[in-house]
Amino acid sequence: MTTATVTGKPDEPVVATRNYLTEEGVTLRSWLLTKDHKRIAILYTLSITFFFFVGGAAATLIRLNLVTPAGIFTPDIYNRLFTLHGIVMVWFFLIPSIPNTMGNFLIPLMIGAKDLAFPRLNLLSWYLYVGAGFLALFAILIGGVDTGWTFYTPFSSLYSNGYVVLALAAVFAIGFSSILTGLNFIVTTHRMRAPGMTWYRLPVFVWSNYATSVIMVLATPVLAITLMLVAVERLLRVGIFDPALGGDPLLFQHLFWFYSHPAVYIMILPGFGVISEIVPCFARKPLFGYKFVVWSSITIAIIGFFVWAHHMFVAGISLYAGLVFSLLSYVIAVPSAIKVFNWTATLHKGWISFDAPMLYALGFIGLFTIGGLTGLFVANLAFDVHVTDTYFVVAHFHYIMVGGMVSAYFGGLHYWWPKVTGRLYPEWWARIAALLIFFGFNLTFFPQFILGYLGMERRYYSYPPEFQAWNIFSSAGASVLAVGYALPFFYLGWSLFRGKRAGSNPWAATGLEWQTSSPPPAHNFDKTPTVTRPPYQYRPEPEPQDV
Amino acid sequence: MSDAPVIPQPEPQYETAEQQAETATFGMWVFLATEILFFGGMLLAYTWLRTTYPEGVAEAGRHTKIVIGSVNTLVLLTSSLTMAWAVHAAEHGRRKALTRLLVVTALLGLLFLGLKGYEYHKEWTEHLVPGLNFHEDSVHSQTIELFYFLYFLLTGIHGIHVTIGIGLIAVMAVRARHGAFSSRHYTPVEVTGLYWHFVDIVWIFLYPLIYLVGRSGP
Ligand code: HEM
Ligand SMILES: [Cu+2]
Repeated sequence: MTTATVTGKPDEPVVATRNYLTEEGVTLRSWLLTKDHKRIAILYTLSITFFFFVGGAAATLIRLNLVTPAGIFTPDIYNRLFTLHGIVMVWFFLIPSIPNTMGNFLIPLMIGAKDLAFPRLNLLSWYLYVGAGFLALFAILIGGVDTGWTFYTPFSSLYSNGYVVLALAAVFAIGFSSILTGLNFIVTTHRMRAPGMTWYRLPVFVWSNYATSVIMVLATPVLAITLMLVAVERLLRVGIFDPALGGDPLLFQHLFWFYSHPAVYIMILPGFGVISEIVPCFARKPLFGYKFVVWSSITIAIIGFFVWAHHMFVAGISLYAGLVFSLLSYVIAVPSAIKVFNWTATLHKGWISFDAPMLYALGFIGLFTIGGLTGLFVANLAFDVHVTDTYFVVAHFHYIMVGGMVSAYFGGLHYWWPKVTGRLYPEWWARIAALLIFFGFNLTFFPQFILGYLGMERRYYSYPPEFQAWNIFSSAGASVLAVGYALPFFYLGWSLFRGKRAGSNPWAATGLEWQTSSPPPAHNFDKTPTVTRPPYQYRPEPEPQDV
Repeated sequence: MSDAPVIPQPEPQYETAEQQAETATFGMWVFLATEILFFGGMLLAYTWLRTTYPEGVAEAGRHTKIVIGSVNTLVLLTSSLTMAWAVHAAEHGRRKALTRLLVVTALLGLLFLGLKGYEYHKEWTEHLVPGLNFHEDSVHSQTIELFYFLYFLLTGIHGIHVTIGIGLIAVMAVRARHGAFSSRHYTPVEVTGLYWHFVDIVWIFLYPLIYLVGRSGP
């Protein structure tokens, strides 16, 4: 397929002597000043993992509080907990999760480039992330914020007694980190492809990150300016969002969701990309309808900009606006559905093996489908009036963001682990974790659909006693989920030292990233590869890739 | 003034110097796309204010310093001309002209900032600064304050962009003087030029929205 030097077959692993982990030195300095996209990806992975546990700890406390109707925390502390959870999980984990870790690591490898187009910008974006992270942690330590991740005005600008400005500054800064990443990915995809790597030969993972980047570049600045307006309003007590001063809180919601609806696609499109890599590999079949999958990503990125007001159906927008936004929300479900159909068709008559990455991918397909379908429920005006701001909505987006995206993140982590570290993870443990996560997830969040439908409001520290049974289920599920998420931490850590050597292509996968050694050398390929074929040329039986 | 063929080695991630040059230009375009949306959010807020309170905005608009605003528009447009000219000079490898034109552009930028500062000063003495010393006897005083809030935000952020632009141009001027560019390598100048024209275009939108809204009609 390419002219790159290939170092081994799956059965005879080769230890890469020259690799990015050691080639440029092993000092802290060499890591903190690195321009290598792979090292920056590792830096990101470490920081993101840290925030995942911070956000997870808050979630644990939230579920603990909801075991009994009376709860254990004061309302004020509870507000701070769910705000902390939301802000950390959305901005410090989900948005950067797949793009900044796997995207960073893999995009240059997949397109046959030596690095991203702007390596220094890439490092800068990590420093912005870390700086923003410190700001956010500082805000939490000195007392926290109670506005919810949505920062709705006039509460956030006038009444909240938390450290809102600090939190806003943190999100503002991390916004620029994601803009820089998006910019880098777009430019890289356009300009850095290896000879023969035409657009339609790009792996879907690259396309998905490209679509994501478009959203990052075009939506994030609007968030930045919105948050800035809130901060200034809060500091100077002049306000375009404050009705008492002639302002309009709805304006805030429009601006906020103009970013945040597209942002939910930042939080799922990269997941689509990962699944589109895993499914063909473990079904040993080419991806069904490649062009449809590609164009549905692009379509989602575009239409995603025109549905924001479905978050405002009951906020006082006109009925006609509501109808239009409802219709458009139905439209955007079409490309999402196309993807599900394509993955299913890829599985059809495939030679399926249930390795851990595939388990995560299958889980993803099921959970994302439930999340997407309930999206249609809440996009329906009449039904949304009933369930808006209830646990139904909470369940809807968790099915997508956690059931979908976090599963994809773990699936991708396992799939590319051998490439990144040069070691195999223990398969049995990995399967156990995948199953625990799947069942724990459903036990946690399915009851929340029922609770929401029955009328349990979100963001309250307490609830009427008749809801307790479902809440206990949900909290029990959360404990299972916590174990599921903690497990990989241990066995992946173990595999770093004791795992079997992986060789360059343990899954007999196609794609340029598998053509170079594991871990790859600092400049990715010894010789720039030339691409002559479309991606996903799998044949029914697993066999080592032809050279 | 001989045109020594300066073509630096491309950075390691690129195959050729041409690839690096094209990539830099493309990167700037993508960055400008981000910038458009950045200003877009504020312009939406402005549009909301103006459609909700047309009279108040018109009255506020009449408080703006149209002479300074117009002169500044002229200054900035001229600086765009000299910038375009500078890129042209770079293209033809005219080093001295390039250096001079860049210096003139930067100076025009500074003049813009100076005039803007003077305008801010006048507004301060007239108690038009929201949140700090705003005072206005008018039925529309709330709207006027909001207008000025957006005015300071928009022109302030634009001013930051101008400042960054001046910095970039100054760096380019110094590099040009030391012969860092040639007719075969002047991408940094071109990219800086793109940025500067963008800053200029933003102002072309701001000028009518700020200074002209209140001046027609009753
Ligand atoms: C299949 C297309 C989708 C449709 C039609 C849809 C529709 C909706 C609607 C109408 C709401 C507002 C419900 C309410 O507040 O009453 C909503 C909320 C939400 N959706 Fe979706 N959605 C879809 C996909 C997604 C995806 C892919 C994600 C994330 C990756 C997502 C994340 C969210 C979030 C985070 C909220 C709640 C935000 C909040 O209020 O805190 N949705 N969705
Ligand atoms: Cu939405």
